Amino acid sequence: MRELKITPIRNGTVIDHISSGLALEVLRILGLRDLHKDATVSVALHVRSGKLGWKDILKVEDVELTPRAVNAIALIAPTATISIIREYRVREKRAVDLPPKVVGVLRCPNPNCISNQPEPVESEFEVTSRRPAVLRCAFCERRVDDFAHHLA
Amino acid sequence: MEGDVAARRMSLHGRDLVSIRDLSREEIVSVLDSARKMIPFAEGRPSTALAGRIVAMAFFEPSTRTRLSFESAVHRLGGSCLTIADAGATSLRKGESLYDTIRMLSSYADAIVLRHPHEGAARLAARASDRPVINAGDGAGQHPTQTLLDLAMIRERFGTLAGLKVVLLGDLKYGRTVHSLAYALAEFGSEIILASPEALRLPEEHREDLKHLGAKLRDEPDLDKAVRQADVLYVTRIQKERFADESEYRAVAGSYRIDAHTLREAKPELIVMHPLPRAGEIASDVDTTPHAAYFRQAFLAVPVRMALLQAILGPGRRRG
Repeated sequence: MRELKITPIRNGTVIDHISSGLALEVLRILGLRDLHKDATVSVALHVRSGKLGWKDILKVEDVELTPRAVNAIALIAPTATISIIREYRVREKRAVDLPPKVVGVLRCPNPNCISNQPEPVESEFEVTSRRPAVLRCAFCERRVDDFAHHLA
Repeated sequence: MEGDVAARRMSLHGRDLVSIRDLSREEIVSVLDSARKMIPFAEGRPSTALAGRIVAMAFFEPSTRTRLSFESAVHRLGGSCLTIADAGATSLRKGESLYDTIRMLSSYADAIVLRHPHEGAARLAARASDRPVINAGDGAGQHPTQTLLDLAMIRERFGTLAGLKVVLLGDLKYGRTVHSLAYALAEFGSEIILASPEALRLPEEHREDLKHLGAKLRDEPDLDKAVRQADVLYVTRIQKERFADESEYRAVAGSYRIDAHTLREAKPELIVMHPLPRAGEIASDVDTTPHAAYFRQAFLAVPVRMALLQAILGPGRRRG
């Protein structure tokens, strides 16, 4: 029997197939918004993977991700898969997918964009290309393809 | 106020104009056709097309000709204006958001014309307002009515917007007028020739967008070669503040200056355009040549804006 590097979790979310080196970015997305203060997080960096060569894995106990967090992960780690675990069983498994609009996840890289001013609106981007992902600000039409640096 | 896609294709009535991309080719042609019919009214024939209608001019940034030509357009059609000509005089100084200011204005007027220093401001305003919003320039972003009047000038002289060679000259990096004009010209199938100093080249992002549209696009940094091929020479201002020092600015600005001598080998039908105000890019000896089109272009601002206001605010085509 293979030795398990990270033990199974009872309830929570497993984010697998994260491109190697990006787990901490993904964790930053979760850490910023969705993590309960008592949640246990396991991180496996640089794990061998048949599909990707090397990958990272994140396990977050007692947390099911919000759609907004899933969108953010889709931007940073488009190869990731998300499994929802209940009572040690995988209840739902899916690849992350970008919706046609990404709202409130990124800041517009254009400092002069109206969405970066004190206005009562959330940032909003239209997805103009999926692989590779390219987004366009719904306000100023600026393109963004470097997402890690522009997380809201 | 943002309309649904199906209605967009039918009429401009009640719609916003934020970006030139909001208009289909057919819609652009229809505005230009009615602008041509507006010319006698722009010259003084009375009209009551907008009688009883109020248009708010919300100018949060200085602008002379855009505001005056919009105001002239409203008055010529028998409507009236509410004008905020100075952001300092408004509640924005007191910290009110643009969103709130526009919501308030939209309850006082039938349409809002907005000039604002931040990119995307007009899109935000369109969401805040339940009346149509017309973008009259948002920062370095869009200025669609300028594009419409540029197209009106080209079409008036050549009778078409297709198959022409249009040289865009000067600051192609920051000049907002050239980005939307290039986009529209690409849509109509004219060839775009880019003549700019290296430091002010058209940004890659815009090049990709244009190529994606199937634009015929190429660079011709040699001004004389560009002029010889051109049907239209669209000159923009090179701004001093874009350069590290004055001498660099002068060298670049000097090498892209148009005078009667530069035009010696131009086609007879070439027109020279400029969004104005000019600051030495076009010598005054060009004014008396048959190539000079920039004053006519400035005049066309009025009938084009009249046509647009009438399409958006007038009785329009009834639907349903």
